[in-house]
Amino acid sequence: MPIFSKPQYSTVTVKKKDIPKDLWTKCPKSGEIIYNKQLKENLMVVPGSGYHFQLGARDRILSLLDSETMVEQDAGIESQDPLEFKATASYPQKVKQYQSKTGEKDTVVSATGTLLGTPVSIAAMDFRFMAASMGSAAGEKITRAIERGLAEGRAVIIVSASGGARMQEGILSLMQMAKTSAALARLGEARLPYISVLTNPTMAGVMASFASLGDVIVAEPEALIGFAGPRVIKETTQQDLPPGFQTSEFLMEHGLVDRIIPRSEMRAQLGLLLKALYRAPATQKVG
Amino acid sequence: MIETDQYTLEFEKPLRALAEQLETLSRLSDESKVDVSLEINAIKTKLEQTQHTIYGNLTAWQRVQLSRHPKRPYALDYIERVFDDFQELHGDRRFRDDAAIVGGTAFLHGQPVMVIGQQKGRNTKENLKRNFGCPNPEGYRKALRLMEMAEKFSLPVITLIDTPGAYPGIGAEERHVAEAIAVNIREMSALKTPIITIVIGEGGSGGALGMAVADCVMILENAYYSVISPEGCAAILWKDRANAPQAAEALKFSPPYLKNFGVVDEVLDEPLGGAHRDPDTAAETLKNAISCCLRKLQKLSNEALLQLRYEKFRAIGRYSENATK
Repeated sequence: MPIFSKPQYSTVTVKKKDIPKDLWTKCPKSGEIIYNKQLKENLMVVPGSGYHFQLGARDRILSLLDSETMVEQDAGIESQDPLEFKATASYPQKVKQYQSKTGEKDTVVSATGTLLGTPVSIAAMDFRFMAASMGSAAGEKITRAIERGLAEGRAVIIVSASGGARMQEGILSLMQMAKTSAALARLGEARLPYISVLTNPTMAGVMASFASLGDVIVAEPEALIGFAGPRVIKETTQQDLPPGFQTSEFLMEHGLVDRIIPRSEMRAQLGLLLKALYRAPATQKVG
Repeated sequence: MIETDQYTLEFEKPLRALAEQLETLSRLSDESKVDVSLEINAIKTKLEQTQHTIYGNLTAWQRVQLSRHPKRPYALDYIERVFDDFQELHGDRRFRDDAAIVGGTAFLHGQPVMVIGQQKGRNTKENLKRNFGCPNPEGYRKALRLMEMAEKFSLPVITLIDTPGAYPGIGAEERHVAEAIAVNIREMSALKTPIITIVIGEGGSGGALGMAVADCVMILENAYYSVISPEGCAAILWKDRANAPQAAEALKFSPPYLKNFGVVDEVLDEPLGGAHRDPDTAAETLKNAISCCLRKLQKLSNEALLQLRYEKFRAIGRYSENATK
């Protein structure tokens, strides 16, 4: 017995620390094991199964814009704690945790640039940051991205992913839905195209505002998209949910999503759509 | 007349006890012809004092309970009292009529208006029809149809908000309730006619906002307007719906906070103990507030109106901004 009382493999433990974590990832769809570096190079899509992992907001924008054209906008915007929200954890603490985890100030990254030559104002949501919940900071950045499109005569692209409005900022989060949608009304009047890109998952308050308002709404394959969460629906209705319920494919079949586009083709296809829909305003110089 | 059954909520227990004492005493005095008027008056005073103490210091959770009170006036109760000659108009011209939302033309001091309200049911049978005030997509699309009609014929729009939220159902998702709400929000932000919203009971999240992008947003003092129900918030953050009272505090959705955040423009007083104690007086308050607000809005040109509406919502939110490199 004494032989077990003191661990004899302490050196092994030390050695374990030297092995980089997260070297491999298992595909939840096919079970195949994929080298992380390869996964990253493939924009977080599993080559074999086509499973789309979530992609960070910054990587997303870089994957869509013409190289070297990205100019980040409104990078200094951060959440506050207007409700002095206290639940099981304090809200500012939570925000700090996610900031150090992701390196982003909040869930939205926005930029201007060109996409296959078309001048765009683009915003993307990062699901790793508090489930990409929309509070005042996210709402402000999205609204400014739309207003910038309007002011500078750019097409607008918003890549959505979100669990919904951010509870910790209460009613102010709900009002971001109004703010962003009102800006889109003005963009529409100026006949500047807005393409909404839905990624896994896009739900609730984000879906019930700008994400549903694209002139064109495209989705990545097999994303969860909807208003109410599937569990809430099941509990409320006591009904079994139909197969594929609230997936991109289900939504295309039911007439909301225009096209399903795999990530590898997103840039090329958005480029074609913009080429067809975008006309540079006569009075403005853009680029 | 004393009604003990008007004190049905948990925090109204002390009032119920006093009301019961009063009832017993008055019965006693009727039967025995003993003069207990002194005692009766003492209890009446006590009852009045206790009412002021309890109703004057309501917690957020207690207000939620009042906003959901089974006897609380609903949209049609107000429409009937505030407006004349309401002509209900049904259906979204797409799928069906959603009875969780009612709307139509009416007159306010002789002036034609379009009034649209979210409608709960008073009993099980009514609630089957009204879906407990939880609209489906066609309800929002009907509301938009009526609002566009109002714009076409230059009628101001008045919306009454009272919903726990849009209905979380399979059909609602299949017919894109999120899109219906989003389109309403966008179109209301640019509708070329004055819009007035009053939250009369529950202002449940996106389901409320889908009819509440207005030039002037008012709320009754025992109503609430929130990004999520207190129960929903408690279930997520505390992992237990029983923590709803704490969630109600944390969410700061009581009317004074909403006014401070710029989300509502005015808080309307209710009769002591809640609007259900005196629906006529509550309706009178609503009528005065709507009339007053309408007079102000109708002085504005459509351009000014839309610009102010845009700026009002544009300004909502609290964030910090640091200069970056």
